[in-house]
Amino acid sequence: MGRKLDPTTYVKKGPGRKSRKQKGAETELAKFLTDEDTAPKRLSSRSRKRAGKRAQVTKKPKESIEKEEPKKGFTDENSEWLKPAKRKREVGQSDNEDDSDSQWEQEEDEGQEGGENNKGKNILIEGDGDDNDDLVDDYGALEDSSEGEGEVDGDGEELLPIERAARKQKKLQEAMGQESGDDDDDDDNKGKSGDEDMDEDDTVQANLDDMDKFILPGAEEIAKEGVLLVDLQTIHQRIKDNVDVLSHFATKREEGKERTEYLSLLKKDLSTYYSYNNFLIDKLLDIFPVSELIDFLEANEIQRPVTIRTNTLKTRRRDLAQALINRGVNLDPLGKWSKVGLVIFDSSVPIGATPEYLAGHYMLQGASSFLPVMALSPQEGETVLDMSSAPGGKTTYMAQLMRNTGVIVANDASADRLKSVVGNIHRLGVTNSMICNYDGRQFPKVMGGFDRVLLDAPCSGTGVISKDPAVKTSKDESDIQRLAHLQKELILAAIDSVNAESPSGGYLVYCTCSIMVEENEWVVDYALKKRNVKLVQTGLDFGKEGFTRFKERRFHPSLKLSRRFYPHSHNMDGFFVAKLKKFSNTVPTTAVEKDGEEETEPSEAVEVTADSSDEDGPSNAGSKNKSKKQKPVPGKPTVSQKTTANGKPAKSIGKKTTNPSTLKKNEKPTGQKKAKIAKMDGGTVKVDGELKKSNTVKTEGETTKQSKEGSRFEKKGDKQRKSPMQSKKRMGKNKFNKLKKLLKKEEVGQ
Amino acid sequence: MRPLTDDETKTMFEKLSKYIGENIKHLVDRPDGTYCFRLHNDRVYYISETILKLATNISRGKLVSVGTCFGKFTKTIKFRLHITALDFLAPYAKFKVWVKPGQEQSFLYGNHVLKSGLGRITENTNQYQGVVVYSMADVPLVSWPSPFTYCPLSNQISQHIALPLHILSIIQSNQSTYSPPPSHTVHYPIKSVNI
Repeated sequence: MGRKLDPTTYVKKGPGRKSRKQKGAETELAKFLTDEDTAPKRLSSRSRKRAGKRAQVTKKPKESIEKEEPKKGFTDENSEWLKPAKRKREVGQSDNEDDSDSQWEQEEDEGQEGGENNKGKNILIEGDGDDNDDLVDDYGALEDSSEGEGEVDGDGEELLPIERAARKQKKLQEAMGQESGDDDDDDDNKGKSGDEDMDEDDTVQANLDDMDKFILPGAEEIAKEGVLLVDLQTIHQRIKDNVDVLSHFATKREEGKERTEYLSLLKKDLSTYYSYNNFLIDKLLDIFPVSELIDFLEANEIQRPVTIRTNTLKTRRRDLAQALINRGVNLDPLGKWSKVGLVIFDSSVPIGATPEYLAGHYMLQGASSFLPVMALSPQEGETVLDMSSAPGGKTTYMAQLMRNTGVIVANDASADRLKSVVGNIHRLGVTNSMICNYDGRQFPKVMGGFDRVLLDAPCSGTGVISKDPAVKTSKDESDIQRLAHLQKELILAAIDSVNAESPSGGYLVYCTCSIMVEENEWVVDYALKKRNVKLVQTGLDFGKEGFTRFKERRFHPSLKLSRRFYPHSHNMDGFFVAKLKKFSNTVPTTAVEKDGEEETEPSEAVEVTADSSDEDGPSNAGSKNKSKKQKPVPGKPTVSQKTTANGKPAKSIGKKTTNPSTLKKNEKPTGQKKAKIAKMDGGTVKVDGELKKSNTVKTEGETTKQSKEGSRFEKKGDKQRKSPMQSKKRMGKNKFNKLKKLLKKEEVGQ
Repeated sequence: MRPLTDDETKTMFEKLSKYIGENIKHLVDRPDGTYCFRLHNDRVYYISETILKLATNISRGKLVSVGTCFGKFTKTIKFRLHITALDFLAPYAKFKVWVKPGQEQSFLYGNHVLKSGLGRITENTNQYQGVVVYSMADVPLVSWPSPFTYCPLSNQISQHIALPLHILSIIQSNQSTYSPPPSHTVHYPIKSVNI
């Protein structure tokens, strides 16, 4: 009974409460659009004066701009570079939706504008005039003024943006002709002092100074930009200009500004404009020169063309192309480097659902994925391993090259993604395959002795940013390092799975869809150092050569046989392919490496051991096991080096060890410690092979010890200084002598 | 992976013989080597002996698939043929149905073959005979969910049927392994009509 609903006093309300509030888009828009439809406003006196002045300066009529004046500019100091846009501009054009309200309000306030605003407007107008002097980067202003101008041109008809731009351009060109020797390419970065000579107004000069400030970003400018939404066009223009300056640095640089400042501004702009994180931009700047970088980033914004691979087990490319054309697909052969590839331009039917697809006549596959298989070129009857096979494109390509003979083992670590491999293999009619779900690193244990191995390693995906833009922001230093580590393990496992004595093979192809050097050349270089493999020609005659050096790293010179592919230069996903041949099944031991290294760099050996003796200390006390056993053996050469370092004749420098040891070089202790360990090992080790060696070590150790004892009273160098931990492990003199005697007895006994 | 037991072999061969009759031995003794059937995770795989040897290296838990999957045994030890077997059965099929070009697409996306779409059919196709559907270009057609169809009406009868829209080949529902269901397919074909 609460509400008093008196029918007599009831007011009819028309459309409902809510519908009244939201009148709908049309009414809302009408608020903003009405201004554009109104007739051109009558100019105020100031405007007329200004128009007159402008006519003087630029010698051409610019009345039309003034009508639009009131709409432009803000009352704050951002007016020269932050321009509101009209409603009619496209959505993509930056920051103006939220400015529209302020713009609208401004129009209302137009009559009440203070002097500051007038000044702002003044600058705005002169900004247009400034455009005549040099192509300013203030892209927003340029466009705004041109839009404003072009809204209703002299003929009374609306111009399209392109027409407005063309008129602007024409005017600019005329202006250029009038002025003396002003370089079009110069932008804010160039010193403006030269322009002062021209006959310009103070206002123009003021505007130039404002433009000048652009590059002296200073903290306030950056902070400003950080807070307010920045016009993407401004940034884009700024990037272009910056790149231009950097390319012709000597001529175009601003005095007093270092290259690093330009670069840091460029990095910031690139990150903002293309939405990359700083880490990735830094990395990309290391790999590409600046102008190429822009191409690369642009290429990553658009998709690569769709490509398919004919399944030659079931059809021929000719027939498939014909069948697809009949279905209404627009296609072309991929290029002369591939006999099975087709590129799809457009299609009226979904490419992944045609009857031919279902029948397994083709497979949707990126063009770059053809390359590793072409490089590997598996032959009929071979046993091939694909370590990272999902979703199965490369596996099936290999099968078709092998004509369903031989055996392919398709492995992938992810069980989910294996389902796609199964599906694709069955669909394309591959019968010679086995699909398994191991971690690739386990592979030599599961099965080895393959003729060829393909490793498409999991990578950061920086080459396929166009497919997955999330990579732009999600990759970090730790990601890359983790991936690089995994890739190194995988490549070693892959190499171990290859049979070097295979009659027809012994090849491994390592590929990634990434452009990072850490994941590509570095990993291959690591493999070259660790195993008996060498790089061979990939057989791909196009593509950029791999890097042989990068920043501070130096790779093996044969790395130039590997190939890099980029989206901007080859119009395929970023890719890296390297073909390795295994020439021996034996695993090179670190001792071999050590010997090689020590002969050339004896001092380094000493340093290395000194450095790592700390790690050794704790472990030595604990374990008198195999690791120790091996130490004296690898220790031998180092010991000999030591003796030479001490001026004594080196013994058995040339002794080669064949211990398949882990890296023990770095764990060798120095001087006395080594001798002690050697002795301890000699005492405990009774294995035949070892004993002899250890004995000899002992003798050397003794000599070393003696020499060390002799020099004990001398001040120890840094290299020989031990940590307190280590010194505790030293034996007492008597014990030492006892052991010495023991060993002598053994020697005699032998 | 293990060889099939006798019972399983019997069941499977019965099913196969519905489509290819006695040509099963062609499947086993091939010019390029002996092939065999092996069971793994209830699925029957058809592999050559060379692959078989190498496949024993892979542990059971890690092996996903070998060679070609022909089909699987259900929980009640009935054998279902898969699409993947089509390529092997098609050359030996005893009864074939050819489909007109217009009807091809429709069949591929899961519809039944109507009489109006029938191009040719082998003689003496009995009712409920297992057939393989071909396009006019003699390409065995793979339909989702299954290419293995049977004729609900025998050949003789169908000749007399006036209505062109009589369903002539009903798709035997099956598990599809590789083609995703097309988005426009709304209906689900008849479920597991047991032959």
